[in-house]
Amino acid sequence: MLTLEHAYVFAGLVFAAYAVLGLRDRRYANALFWALVAAMFLAGSHVSETTNGAIALALLLLGGSGLLSRGHRETTDRATRMASAMRRGNALFVPALIIPATAVAGTLVAKQMSFAGHPAIDPKQVTVISLAIGVALAWLAATIWLRPPVLAPLEEGRRLMDTVSWAAILPQMLAALGAVFALAGVGRAVGTLATNTIPLTEPLAAVAVYCVGMALFTIVMGNAFAAFPVMTAAIGLPLIVHTFGGNPAIMGAIGMLSGFCGTLVTPMAANFNIVPAALLDLDRNAVIRAQIPTALVLLPANTFLMYFLVFRFGTH
Amino acid sequence: MLTLLGVAVMVAGFLIRVNPLIAIAAAALVSGLAAGLHPDAILATFGKAFRDSRYVTLVFLVLPVIGILERYGLQERSRQLIAGFRTATPGRLLLAYLVIRQAFAAIGLTAVGGHAQMVRPLVAPMAESALGEDAGKASRARIRAFAASADNVGAFFGEDIFVAVGSILLIKAFLEQSGVIVQPFELSLWAIPTAVLALVIHGTRLLLLDRRTATSDKGK
Repeated sequence: MLTLEHAYVFAGLVFAAYAVLGLRDRRYANALFWALVAAMFLAGSHVSETTNGAIALALLLLGGSGLLSRGHRETTDRATRMASAMRRGNALFVPALIIPATAVAGTLVAKQMSFAGHPAIDPKQVTVISLAIGVALAWLAATIWLRPPVLAPLEEGRRLMDTVSWAAILPQMLAALGAVFALAGVGRAVGTLATNTIPLTEPLAAVAVYCVGMALFTIVMGNAFAAFPVMTAAIGLPLIVHTFGGNPAIMGAIGMLSGFCGTLVTPMAANFNIVPAALLDLDRNAVIRAQIPTALVLLPANTFLMYFLVFRFGTH
Repeated sequence: MLTLLGVAVMVAGFLIRVNPLIAIAAAALVSGLAAGLHPDAILATFGKAFRDSRYVTLVFLVLPVIGILERYGLQERSRQLIAGFRTATPGRLLLAYLVIRQAFAAIGLTAVGGHAQMVRPLVAPMAESALGEDAGKASRARIRAFAASADNVGAFFGEDIFVAVGSILLIKAFLEQSGVIVQPFELSLWAIPTAVLALVIHGTRLLLLDRRTATSDKGK
């Protein structure tokens, strides 16, 4: 059975190659950073939680130190690329589309595929595993068709990876911070604070504090998944559902989407906001600026939507 | 109550613009210590969750493939393709992408799209090309930023319509722990009104982009 572990080994080898190429290029900080990421993928499952914590800490300090360098020169000039694009035409899209096509096919058919009685792909993580398979297939197809120098895909990958830089591991770090916050009881504390300081005797006030709180907590944590348990335990369930008789499904669905309004405007959601800014050669906050007006209109609209729906279709 | 200092550290880091990684390290330490945890326990908890969420970082595996295709002119081909359509404008093109992205996400196919796979090599160059040859640098940058925004808005407000997506399962699991049973189907149904609002709001802004770009470039 193909599992996440196989995908991790693949990713670990690719990052290890970035480290070696970085060393050759005398970008020592970058080389060390990608070597640590490679260690996380290759050794993470086999070493203790504390060792994983040490790898994470090293990545935090090195990534936060400002020592990582960005910016590589383009590998081929514009005229060469134009000529190649003319000559090869729309066939260039085919390898690029192999990746989503494989991910979709994997998601749709993985349940039916089995090998000697076992599922061929671990059904719990099918989308990410299929993505890795898609990358392998597209890599193979591009190599056979374009016949680039053997190291070229890794050199190009490293060039783009150095552009993304430390932002690449921010989402993982925020997930880890969420775990520490959960253990430390931050959720309960926020709940106590919110209910003690804001008078929530009106249904509209409770809905507004819940929706806006989801967005604000998401802005700080970079992830609506971290905000949802906190705000729902503090305000959603005790007030909207239990006190005012709101429908929990409507509260949950619209509450989560209110959190997503926060995701649109926070640099903490690096994979959605900071990584694309780097990949598109934009100012760090350019994507967030494009999304702020949408979030500012959508969040109040969502709040009123919840207010009008959650009590109308209530369960009590 | 003292554990809230961890949240305060994150907010302060955000306001004084320190590198987010440093803020995270400080927030984890402060919050853990304030709750009376031993530093070793903080490190182990952090390490476990860090290891268990490695799949998030797997998405960067696509970069070698995208990079090699760009070396052979993938972005240039995207531009050439759109230059052939006279009626294409950046706003209309991005609106079409927003609709496609949201529709695919709504049926569980979030893998169609993404910043590294679709926006950088295909959507952004196409939208820029639709701007025309003589567009200014600022207009081009704005269009690229909006290309990324279309991907985000489409994915965020489409995926919850699909019953088996992570956030729906998280909502269900958390409510169940608290003794409230909801069906995933109900959750995805009630995600639809917000999805429509998001499409209307962001879609309108994308179309207005054409007007704004046209007037701002006239002055140059």
